[in-house]
Amino acid sequence: MTYKTTKYVLLLVSLLFFNTTWADDGSLSMLVHNCMSCHGPNGASLGPATPTLASLNPSTFIKAMEEFRDDERPSTVMKYIAKGYTEEDYQVMANYFAKQQSIAPQQSVDADKVKRGAELHQKYCKKCHDEGVYTTQPSTIIVGQWMPYLRLTLDDFHTGIRELPKRVLKVMRTMVEIEGEKSLDDLVHFYASQAEQK
Amino acid sequence: MSNITRRNFIKVAAGMTAASMTGCSTLPPPPTGKKRVVVIGGGVGGATAAKYIRKADPSIEVTLIEQNKYYYTCFMSNEVLGGVRSLDSIKFSYDGLLKRGVNVVHDLATGIDPSMKKVTTQSGATFYYDRLIVSPGIDFKWNAVEGYDKSVAEKIPHAWRSSLQTVTLRKQLEAMKNGGNVIIAVPPRPFRCHPAPFERASQIAQYLKHHKPKSKILILVANDTFAEQKLFIEGWEKLYGYGTDNSIIEWVPFSEGGKVVRIDAKEMTVYAGEFEDEYVGDVINFIPAQTAGKIAFIADLVDKTGWCPVNHKTFESKRHPDIHVIGDANTAMSRAAHSANSQAKVCAIAVVKALQGKEMGTPYYMTACYSVLGEDYGISLSAVYHLEGGKIALIKGAGGYSPMDATPEVRKREVLYAHSWYKNITNDIFG
Repeated sequence: MTYKTTKYVLLLVSLLFFNTTWADDGSLSMLVHNCMSCHGPNGASLGPATPTLASLNPSTFIKAMEEFRDDERPSTVMKYIAKGYTEEDYQVMANYFAKQQSIAPQQSVDADKVKRGAELHQKYCKKCHDEGVYTTQPSTIIVGQWMPYLRLTLDDFHTGIRELPKRVLKVMRTMVEIEGEKSLDDLVHFYASQAEQK
Repeated sequence: MSNITRRNFIKVAAGMTAASMTGCSTLPPPPTGKKRVVVIGGGVGGATAAKYIRKADPSIEVTLIEQNKYYYTCFMSNEVLGGVRSLDSIKFSYDGLLKRGVNVVHDLATGIDPSMKKVTTQSGATFYYDRLIVSPGIDFKWNAVEGYDKSVAEKIPHAWRSSLQTVTLRKQLEAMKNGGNVIIAVPPRPFRCHPAPFERASQIAQYLKHHKPKSKILILVANDTFAEQKLFIEGWEKLYGYGTDNSIIEWVPFSEGGKVVRIDAKEMTVYAGEFEDEYVGDVINFIPAQTAGKIAFIADLVDKTGWCPVNHKTFESKRHPDIHVIGDANTAMSRAAHSANSQAKVCAIAVVKALQGKEMGTPYYMTACYSVLGEDYGISLSAVYHLEGGKIALIKGAGGYSPMDATPEVRKREVLYAHSWYKNITNDIFG
C-alpha cells in the first residue's frame, strides 16, 4: 500500500472504531475542547483572523497539523501546538471538526473589489478551484473563511514562504504581475461575498 | 441508588454513623436525586467549569456563586489602559451561563464545610454539593509592603483583579501632565500572569508616545529577569526608543534595587531596594505580592505557600476530598487566564465522570498567551501539556515563544491572532 492509501485506511478505521463520545471517558472532549479557546465554538471561529475549522475536510486538517508539526508550513503558535498531539489525535480531531457546522462569518466587502475578484477568479482560479471554492470538498475552506486569514495565506503562497506546486505558483505570480498585488485583496473580497449564497 | 461507587457508599455510611452519634441536627439534607455541583468564583476558571459541566451532562445541577454581576477581563485590559480598546468590550455578563441552565447566584461565598459538603454565603444562604469547584483567583498580601493597604488602593491602583480599577488607572493617565512619571511596581514571583506588567508598560508607552511624549515609565521589578524579556526589550527598542536617551521605558531589576519596600501614598513616593531609593510618581501602579483567593484560606485549601496543592489530573484538593481548585489559586500551572480555562475543562470532565461513576480519560492542558506591545506589534507563547508521573508536564517540543527578529508582517499577524484569541476565548468562557 502506498503511504497515501495507508493514511486513508487509517482514517476509515478511526472513523469506525475511535468514535468515542462524551458519554464515555471524556477523552474526546478534553482533546477537542482545547482547540475551541482559539478556534471558536465547535471550531466555528469568531475571528477576526484565526481560521474556522468547522466542516473542514479531514485530510486537509491532518495535512495541516503534520506540516505545522514538521515545520513545513509557517505559523505563529501552531508549530508548537501541533507537536503536542499524536497522529491518532490528529485523526480524532479531524473527524470531529469535519462534522461541525460551519457558520459563515459576518464580514463587510467592497463592491468594486468583489466585481474585480469575480473576474480574476474566472480568469485564473476557476479552472482548479471551482469545486474547491463553492464547497468544502475536496480542498479547504475558502468561501466562509475569515478574510484576514485568506489574505495572509495568499501572501504566504505568493512570497513562497509556504509551498505550492510549481504550476500553481506560476499562475498566482502571473496574476500578481499582470493585475498587481491588489488582485489578492480583490479575490479575498470576492470569496467572502460568496458566503451569503451558501 | 444508581451509579453509587464504593467510595461514595463508604462516605454515606460513615456520615450516617457520625450523624447517629451526634443527633438529628447534623444529618445532611435528604438527597434530591440530582447530582449537584457548586462552583465558587465566576471568573475564567469558574465560568468555564460551570459551562462545560452543563455541556457534558445536563442532568447535573450547577450553581455558580459570583459576587459581581459583570466580569471585566484582566486580559486585554491593558489595551483599555492604552486607550485602544473600550471598557465595554472587556465586560461580560452571565446570561450565557444562565441560558445553559447554570444557577447563577450573585453572592459572596464565606464558608465551606467539607464534612457536611455545604457552602455558606454572606447573605446567609446555604448550598449543598456533591462536588465543589473553587476558582477564587488571587488575593493580595496587603501588609507585605509598608504603606500599601486597601485604603490606598484607589489612589495607587493595582488594577490586577477584575474590577473597575482599570478605569481608575486610565483616568489617572489621562489626567497626568505631559512630562509626568508613571511607576509600575512588579511583585516577586509567582504572581498572576508574568508577562502582563510588561504588556501594561508597553500599552501605556503607546499612549504616552502619541499623547504625552515627554512622559516616562519606570518599571520596578522585584526579580532580576522577567517573562519574555528579550522579546519585550526588542519591541521597546523598535517602538519606544529603548536603549536611547529618549526611551519612554526604563526598568530596574531586583539586584539594582527593584523591589519596592515602602510606599508613601500621600507623597506619591515609592522606596525600593536595600538603600530605599526614592522614586516620585505622578501615576503609580503598584501590583502587590499575591496568594490564593480569600475563600481558599478560610476553607483550609492552601498550604504554607499560600497556594492550593491539587491532584494534577482531577484538580481535587490534596487537603479536602470532593473539593477541586482550579485557576490561579492552585500550583498546577503558571498562572494565566488560558491555563484556568484549560484546567476548567479537564476538571469538568473529572467531576462529571466521578458523579457518573465512570473512568476519566486522558487529559491535555494548554496555554496560549498573547501580549500586544503596540500598533501592529504582538508576541506570544503557547504550550501543550500532559501528565507525566502524575504531574502536569510540557510535551517535548510543544511549547515556545514568538521568534526574535521577526518581520513586521509576523508581528502584525500576532496582533490579529491576539484579538481572535480574545474573541474566541471569552465566548468559550461566557457564551
